[in-house]
Amino acid sequence: MNPRAIPSRLSDPDQAADRDARQQQPPVDMDMNPMVDMAFLLLTFFMLATTFSQPRTMEIVMPPKPDPQLELQEQPVKESKALTLILGTDNRVHRYRGITDPALESVAYGVEGLQPLLQRLNRDIPELVVLIKPLPDSRYENLVDVLDDLTLTGVERYALVAPSEQDLVLYKTALTRQTSTP
Amino acid sequence: MRRAPTFSSPKLDMNPMVDMAFLLVTFFMLTTTFKMPQVLSVNTPASFADTRLPETDVIILSVSPEGQIFLDIDGKFTRQKLLARMGERYNIAFTDAERDAFGLLGGFGMPVEGLSSFLNLSPEQRKAVVQPGIPAGSAQNQLRDWLIQARLLNPAYRVAIRADRNLPYAEVDQLLQTLLDQNITRFNLITDPKVEKTTEP
Repeated sequence: MNPRAIPSRLSDPDQAADRDARQQQPPVDMDMNPMVDMAFLLLTFFMLATTFSQPRTMEIVMPPKPDPQLELQEQPVKESKALTLILGTDNRVHRYRGITDPALESVAYGVEGLQPLLQRLNRDIPELVVLIKPLPDSRYENLVDVLDDLTLTGVERYALVAPSEQDLVLYKTALTRQTSTP
Repeated sequence: MRRAPTFSSPKLDMNPMVDMAFLLVTFFMLTTTFKMPQVLSVNTPASFADTRLPETDVIILSVSPEGQIFLDIDGKFTRQKLLARMGERYNIAFTDAERDAFGLLGGFGMPVEGLSSFLNLSPEQRKAVVQPGIPAGSAQNQLRDWLIQARLLNPAYRVAIRADRNLPYAEVDQLLQTLLDQNITRFNLITDPKVEKTTEP
Protein backbone atom coordinates (compact mmCIF):
# COMPACT_ATOMS: atom_id res chain seq x y z
CA MET A 1 0.00 0.00 0.00
CA ASN A 2 1.27 3.39 -0.84
CA PRO A 3 1.72 5.25 2.43
CA ARG A 4 1.03 8.48 0.65
CA ALA A 5 -2.55 7.37 0.16
CA ILE A 6 -3.23 7.65 3.87
CA PRO A 7 -5.11 10.84 4.35
CA SER A 8 -3.30 13.24 6.59
CA ARG A 9 -5.08 13.90 9.83
CA LEU A 10 -2.55 16.40 10.98
CA SER A 11 -3.83 19.89 11.26
CA ASP A 12 -0.48 21.57 11.77
CA PRO A 13 0.73 22.69 8.35
CA ASP A 14 4.37 22.68 9.45
CA GLN A 15 4.25 19.09 10.52
CA ALA A 16 2.34 18.08 7.44
CA ALA A 17 5.00 19.70 5.28
CA ASP A 18 7.72 17.93 7.22
CA ARG A 19 5.95 14.61 6.70
CA ASP A 20 5.57 15.25 3.01
CA ALA A 21 9.26 15.96 2.71
CA ARG A 22 10.09 12.68 4.37
CA GLN A 23 7.71 10.79 2.18
CA GLN A 24 9.48 12.02 -0.88
CA GLN A 25 12.22 9.52 -0.12
CA PRO A 26 11.59 6.00 -1.39
CA PRO A 27 10.18 3.66 1.29
CA VAL A 28 12.92 1.89 3.23
CA ASP A 29 13.31 -1.64 1.99
CA MET A 30 14.59 -3.64 4.90
CA ASP A 31 16.52 -6.76 4.13
CA MET A 32 14.90 -9.40 6.26
CA ASN A 33 17.21 -12.22 5.30
CA PRO A 34 19.83 -11.86 8.06
CA MET A 35 17.08 -11.74 10.62
CA VAL A 36 15.46 -14.82 9.16
CA ASP A 37 18.82 -16.54 9.22
CA MET A 38 19.28 -15.72 12.88
CA ALA A 39 15.77 -16.79 13.76
CA PHE A 40 16.17 -20.15 12.12
CA LEU A 41 19.59 -20.64 13.64
CA LEU A 42 18.16 -20.09 17.10
CA LEU A 43 15.21 -22.26 16.23
CA THR A 44 17.44 -25.15 15.22
CA PHE A 45 19.59 -24.74 18.30
CA PHE A 46 16.69 -24.83 20.71
CA MET A 47 15.01 -27.69 18.89
CA LEU A 48 18.12 -29.82 19.13
CA ALA A 49 18.77 -28.79 22.71
CA THR A 50 15.32 -29.92 23.82
CA THR A 51 15.30 -33.31 22.16
CA PHE A 52 18.74 -34.42 23.22
CA SER A 53 18.95 -33.12 26.74
CA GLN A 54 17.05 -35.91 28.48
CA PRO A 55 19.28 -38.91 29.12
CA ARG A 56 18.09 -42.46 28.60
CA THR A 57 17.47 -44.51 31.68
CA MET A 58 16.80 -48.02 32.76
CA GLU A 59 14.00 -48.38 35.24
CA ILE A 60 14.65 -50.70 38.14
CA VAL A 61 12.16 -51.87 40.71
CA MET A 62 13.60 -53.74 43.63
CA PRO A 63 11.65 -55.54 46.34
CA PRO A 64 11.60 -53.76 49.68
CA LYS A 65 13.78 -55.11 52.42
CA PRO A 66 12.13 -57.91 54.40
CA ASP A 67 10.44 -56.38 57.40
CA PRO A 68 10.58 -58.58 60.56
CA GLN A 69 7.41 -56.94 61.91
CA LEU A 70 5.37 -57.65 58.82
CA GLU A 71 6.80 -61.17 58.58
CA LEU A 72 7.32 -60.54 54.91
CA GLN A 73 9.73 -63.25 53.97
CA GLU A 74 11.79 -63.56 50.85
CA GLN A 75 10.23 -65.97 48.42
CA PRO A 76 12.05 -69.25 47.92
CA VAL A 77 12.85 -70.05 44.30
CA LYS A 78 12.09 -73.42 42.72
CA GLU A 79 15.30 -75.17 41.88
CA SER A 80 14.18 -76.21 38.41
CA LYS A 81 13.41 -72.63 37.46
CA ALA A 82 16.50 -70.97 38.84
CA LEU A 83 19.39 -69.67 36.80
CA THR A 84 22.24 -68.06 38.67
CA LEU A 85 24.53 -65.55 37.02
CA ILE A 86 27.68 -64.68 38.92
CA LEU A 87 29.23 -61.50 37.56
CA GLY A 88 32.94 -62.00 37.70
CA THR A 89 35.87 -59.63 37.64
CA ASP A 90 36.99 -60.75 34.18
CA ASN A 91 34.05 -59.23 32.26
CA ARG A 92 32.39 -62.60 31.99
CA VAL A 93 29.27 -64.11 33.44
CA HIS A 94 29.57 -67.37 35.29
CA ARG A 95 26.31 -69.18 35.30
CA TYR A 96 24.83 -72.35 36.71
CA ARG A 97 21.41 -73.94 36.66
CA GLY A 98 19.64 -75.19 39.76
CA ILE A 99 20.89 -74.95 43.29
CA THR A 100 22.03 -78.27 44.75
CA ASP A 101 24.37 -79.52 42.05
CA PRO A 102 25.83 -76.47 40.36
CA ALA A 103 28.21 -76.77 37.42
CA LEU A 104 29.69 -73.43 36.56
CA GLU A 105 30.08 -72.31 32.95
CA SER A 106 31.29 -68.94 31.83
CA VAL A 107 29.85 -66.85 29.00
CA ALA A 108 30.41 -63.36 27.66
CA TYR A 109 27.86 -60.55 27.75
CA GLY A 110 25.73 -59.48 24.85
CA VAL A 111 24.60 -60.96 21.55
CA GLU A 112 27.14 -63.75 21.33
CA GLY A 113 27.07 -64.98 24.90
CA LEU A 114 24.33 -64.28 27.33
CA GLN A 115 21.49 -63.31 25.03
CA PRO A 116 21.02 -66.60 23.11
CA LEU A 117 21.34 -68.50 26.38
CA LEU A 118 18.69 -66.41 28.10
CA GLN A 119 16.45 -66.62 25.06
CA ARG A 120 16.64 -70.42 25.01
CA LEU A 121 16.10 -70.82 28.72
CA ASN A 122 13.28 -68.31 28.78
CA ARG A 123 11.51 -70.27 26.04
CA ASP A 124 12.09 -73.68 27.61
CA ILE A 125 11.45 -72.92 31.23
CA PRO A 126 8.21 -71.24 32.19
CA GLU A 127 8.62 -68.68 34.95
CA LEU A 128 12.38 -68.66 34.75
CA VAL A 129 13.93 -66.85 37.68
CA VAL A 130 17.33 -65.31 37.14
CA LEU A 131 19.44 -64.62 40.20
CA ILE A 132 22.06 -61.96 39.53
CA LYS A 133 24.96 -62.20 41.93
CA PRO A 134 27.58 -59.53 41.25
CA LEU A 135 30.87 -60.08 43.04
CA PRO A 136 32.01 -57.06 45.06
CA ASP A 137 34.85 -56.27 42.67
CA SER A 138 32.87 -56.72 39.45
CA ARG A 139 32.12 -53.51 37.61
CA TYR A 140 28.91 -51.51 37.47
CA GLU A 141 28.91 -51.83 33.70
CA ASN A 142 28.56 -55.60 34.06
CA LEU A 143 25.37 -55.18 36.04
CA VAL A 144 23.93 -52.82 33.44
CA ASP A 145 24.90 -55.25 30.68
CA VAL A 146 23.12 -58.13 32.38
CA LEU A 147 20.03 -56.05 33.04
CA ASP A 148 20.07 -54.97 29.41
CA ASP A 149 20.38 -58.55 28.17
CA LEU A 150 17.53 -59.59 30.45
CA THR A 151 15.28 -56.83 29.15
CA LEU A 152 16.13 -57.58 25.53
CA THR A 153 15.39 -61.28 25.88
CA GLY A 154 12.16 -60.62 27.73
CA VAL A 155 13.03 -62.34 30.99
CA GLU A 156 10.60 -60.91 33.49
CA ARG A 157 11.70 -62.38 36.80
CA TYR A 158 15.10 -61.53 38.05
CA ALA A 159 16.59 -60.54 41.36
CA LEU A 160 19.76 -58.96 42.59
CA VAL A 161 21.19 -61.21 45.28
CA ALA A 162 24.39 -61.14 47.26
CA PRO A 163 26.62 -64.12 46.39
CA SER A 164 26.65 -66.90 48.98
CA GLU A 165 29.72 -68.69 50.35
CA GLN A 166 29.03 -71.56 47.98
CA ASP A 167 29.03 -69.20 45.01
CA LEU A 168 32.37 -67.73 45.99
CA VAL A 169 33.91 -71.19 46.32
CA LEU A 170 32.47 -72.17 42.94
CA TYR A 171 33.82 -69.05 41.34
CA LYS A 172 37.28 -69.56 42.77
CA THR A 173 37.50 -73.17 41.65
CA ALA A 174 36.30 -72.20 38.18
CA LEU A 175 38.98 -69.53 37.97
CA THR A 176 41.78 -71.87 39.04
CA ARG A 177 40.55 -74.47 36.55
CA GLN A 178 40.65 -71.85 33.81
CA THR A 179 44.18 -70.78 34.61
CA SER A 180 45.52 -74.33 35.00
CA THR A 181 44.09 -75.54 31.66
CA PRO A 182 44.72 -72.78 29.15
CA MET B 1 19.45 -14.96 -31.57
CA ARG B 2 16.73 -14.44 -29.05
CA ARG B 3 17.47 -12.56 -25.94
CA ALA B 4 16.58 -14.29 -22.76
CA PRO B 5 13.59 -12.60 -21.25
CA THR B 6 14.52 -10.58 -18.19
CA PHE B 7 12.44 -11.29 -15.12
CA SER B 8 12.29 -8.89 -12.31
CA SER B 9 13.12 -10.88 -9.18
CA PRO B 10 9.91 -11.60 -7.32
CA LYS B 11 9.45 -9.81 -4.01
CA LEU B 12 8.75 -12.33 -1.32
CA ASP B 13 6.99 -11.14 1.77
CA MET B 14 9.14 -12.52 4.54
CA ASN B 15 7.07 -11.20 7.44
CA PRO B 16 4.80 -14.21 7.99
CA MET B 17 7.81 -16.51 7.92
CA VAL B 18 9.69 -14.35 10.39
CA ASP B 19 6.62 -14.33 12.61
CA MET B 20 6.46 -18.12 12.56
CA ALA B 21 10.18 -18.51 13.14
CA PHE B 22 10.18 -16.25 16.16
CA LEU B 23 7.06 -17.88 17.53
CA LEU B 24 8.81 -21.24 17.41
CA VAL B 25 12.03 -19.78 18.84
CA THR B 26 10.07 -18.39 21.76
CA PHE B 27 8.30 -21.70 22.27
CA PHE B 28 11.50 -23.73 22.32
CA MET B 29 13.28 -21.17 24.48
CA LEU B 30 10.59 -21.35 27.10
CA THR B 31 10.29 -25.13 27.06
CA THR B 32 14.02 -25.84 27.18
CA THR B 33 15.45 -26.49 30.57
CA PHE B 34 19.15 -25.96 30.45
CA LYS B 35 21.32 -28.54 32.01
CA MET B 36 23.47 -27.36 34.85
CA PRO B 37 27.15 -27.84 34.14
CA GLN B 38 28.18 -31.27 35.33
CA VAL B 39 30.63 -31.01 38.17
CA LEU B 40 31.57 -34.64 37.88
CA SER B 41 32.16 -36.13 34.48
CA VAL B 42 30.93 -39.68 34.53
CA ASN B 43 31.36 -42.29 31.84
CA THR B 44 28.03 -44.08 32.07
CA PRO B 45 27.61 -47.62 30.74
CA ALA B 46 25.71 -48.11 27.51
CA SER B 47 22.42 -49.93 27.15
CA PHE B 48 19.48 -50.30 24.81
CA ALA B 49 17.11 -48.85 27.40
CA ASP B 50 15.15 -45.97 25.93
CA THR B 51 13.05 -44.68 28.80
CA ARG B 52 13.63 -40.98 29.15
CA LEU B 53 14.40 -39.45 32.48
CA PRO B 54 11.55 -37.27 33.78
CA GLU B 55 12.40 -33.60 33.42
CA THR B 56 11.28 -32.48 36.84
CA ASP B 57 11.32 -33.92 40.34
CA VAL B 58 14.50 -35.89 39.89
CA ILE B 59 17.39 -36.47 42.24
CA ILE B 60 20.47 -37.51 40.31
CA LEU B 61 23.17 -39.36 42.18
CA SER B 62 26.42 -39.22 40.24
CA VAL B 63 29.07 -41.66 41.29
CA SER B 64 32.69 -41.38 40.17
CA PRO B 65 34.80 -44.51 39.51
CA GLU B 66 36.33 -43.95 42.95
CA GLY B 67 32.91 -44.00 44.58
CA GLN B 68 32.53 -40.29 45.34
CA ILE B 69 28.87 -39.36 45.34
CA PHE B 70 27.58 -36.08 43.93
CA LEU B 71 24.00 -34.98 44.39
CA ASP B 72 21.91 -33.01 41.94
CA ILE B 73 18.45 -32.16 43.20
CA ASP B 74 15.88 -30.63 40.89
CA GLY B 75 13.87 -27.57 41.92
CA LYS B 76 15.38 -24.28 43.06
CA PHE B 77 12.93 -23.52 45.83
CA THR B 78 12.91 -27.06 47.18
CA ARG B 79 16.69 -26.90 47.33
CA GLN B 80 16.58 -23.69 49.34
CA LYS B 81 14.18 -25.21 51.85
CA LEU B 82 16.20 -28.40 51.87
CA LEU B 83 19.38 -26.60 52.89
CA ALA B 84 17.58 -25.01 55.82
CA ARG B 85 16.30 -28.44 56.89
CA MET B 86 19.73 -29.98 56.61
CA GLY B 87 21.13 -27.06 58.62
CA GLU B 88 18.67 -27.83 61.41
CA ARG B 89 19.58 -31.49 61.28
CA TYR B 90 23.31 -30.84 61.53
CA ASN B 91 23.11 -27.70 63.72
CA ILE B 92 24.53 -25.41 61.07
CA ALA B 93 22.86 -22.04 60.54
CA PHE B 94 22.87 -21.22 56.84
CA THR B 95 22.39 -17.58 55.89
CA ASP B 96 19.85 -16.41 53.32
CA ALA B 97 22.65 -15.68 50.87
CA GLU B 98 23.95 -19.21 51.26
CA ARG B 99 20.49 -20.60 50.70
CA ASP B 100 20.07 -18.53 47.54
CA ALA B 101 23.44 -19.73 46.31
CA PHE B 102 22.43 -23.31 47.02
CA GLY B 103 19.22 -22.77 45.07
CA LEU B 104 21.26 -21.86 42.01
CA LEU B 105 23.84 -24.57 42.51
CA GLY B 106 23.82 -27.59 40.23
CA GLY B 107 25.39 -30.81 41.39
CA PHE B 108 27.57 -30.74 44.47
CA GLY B 109 29.66 -33.17 46.41
CA MET B 110 30.50 -31.45 49.65
CA PRO B 111 29.84 -32.72 53.14
CA VAL B 112 27.36 -30.55 55.04
CA GLU B 113 30.11 -29.14 57.27
CA GLY B 114 32.05 -27.76 54.31
CA LEU B 115 29.01 -26.53 52.42
CA SER B 116 28.81 -23.13 54.11
CA SER B 117 32.29 -21.98 53.10
CA PHE B 118 31.82 -23.57 49.66
CA LEU B 119 28.63 -21.59 49.01
CA ASN B 120 30.33 -18.31 49.97
CA LEU B 121 32.75 -18.69 47.08
CA SER B 122 32.00 -17.22 43.70
CA PRO B 123 30.88 -19.67 40.98
CA GLU B 124 34.30 -19.41 39.35
CA GLN B 125 36.12 -20.16 42.58
CA ARG B 126 33.84 -23.13 43.21
CA LYS B 127 35.03 -24.78 40.03
CA ALA B 128 38.55 -24.89 41.41
CA VAL B 129 37.47 -26.62 44.62
CA VAL B 130 38.05 -30.36 44.63
CA GLN B 131 34.84 -31.71 46.08
CA PRO B 132 35.31 -34.87 48.12
CA GLY B 133 31.83 -36.29 47.53
CA ILE B 134 28.94 -36.70 49.94
CA PRO B 135 29.73 -39.06 52.81
CA ALA B 136 27.61 -42.18 52.46
CA GLY B 137 29.56 -44.68 54.49
CA SER B 138 28.26 -46.54 57.51
CA ALA B 139 30.00 -44.16 59.93
CA GLN B 140 28.15 -41.05 58.78
CA ASN B 141 25.60 -41.36 56.03
CA GLN B 142 24.82 -37.80 54.99
CA LEU B 143 23.42 -39.01 51.69
CA ARG B 144 20.63 -40.73 53.60
CA ASP B 145 19.72 -37.47 55.35
CA TRP B 146 19.73 -35.53 52.08
CA LEU B 147 17.41 -38.08 50.52
CA ILE B 148 15.10 -38.26 53.54
CA GLN B 149 14.76 -34.48 53.80
CA ALA B 150 14.32 -34.02 50.07
CA ARG B 151 11.60 -36.64 49.92
CA LEU B 152 9.85 -35.11 52.91
CA LEU B 153 9.72 -31.79 51.07
CA ASN B 154 8.63 -33.35 47.79
CA PRO B 155 7.44 -36.97 47.88
CA ALA B 156 7.32 -37.05 44.09
CA TYR B 157 11.10 -37.12 43.81
CA ARG B 158 12.54 -39.93 41.71
CA VAL B 159 16.05 -41.14 42.26
CA ALA B 160 18.30 -41.68 39.26
CA ILE B 161 21.77 -43.17 39.52
CA ARG B 162 24.44 -41.92 37.15
CA ALA B 163 27.34 -44.14 38.03
CA ASP B 164 30.59 -44.70 36.20
CA ARG B 165 30.95 -47.93 34.28
CA ASN B 166 34.11 -48.86 36.14
CA LEU B 167 32.64 -48.42 39.58
CA PRO B 168 33.18 -51.58 41.65
CA TYR B 169 29.93 -53.32 42.50
CA ALA B 170 30.67 -53.11 46.24
CA GLU B 171 30.10 -49.34 46.02
CA VAL B 172 26.92 -49.81 43.99
CA ASP B 173 25.66 -52.25 46.59
CA GLN B 174 26.29 -49.78 49.39
CA LEU B 175 24.35 -47.14 47.49
CA LEU B 176 21.48 -49.52 46.76
CA GLN B 177 21.29 -50.47 50.44
CA THR B 178 21.06 -46.77 51.38
CA LEU B 179 18.15 -46.40 48.96
CA LEU B 180 16.41 -49.61 50.03
CA ASP B 181 16.74 -48.64 53.70
CA GLN B 182 14.43 -45.73 52.93
CA ASN B 183 12.07 -47.84 50.87
CA ILE B 184 13.19 -46.27 47.63
CA THR B 185 12.60 -49.40 45.59
CA ARG B 186 11.96 -47.78 42.23
CA PHE B 187 14.77 -45.87 40.64
CA ASN B 188 16.45 -45.24 37.33
CA LEU B 189 19.90 -46.08 36.09
CA ILE B 190 21.15 -43.49 33.63
CA THR B 191 22.87 -45.06 30.64
CA ASP B 192 24.29 -44.00 27.30
CA PRO B 193 22.20 -45.09 24.35
CA LYS B 194 23.69 -48.05 22.52
CA VAL B 195 23.18 -47.89 18.78
CA GLU B 196 24.24 -51.12 17.18
CA LYS B 197 23.38 -54.54 18.41
CA THR B 198 26.95 -55.71 18.61
CA THR B 199 29.07 -56.71 21.52
CA GLU B 200 31.89 -54.47 22.48
CA PRO B 201 35.37 -55.85 21.84
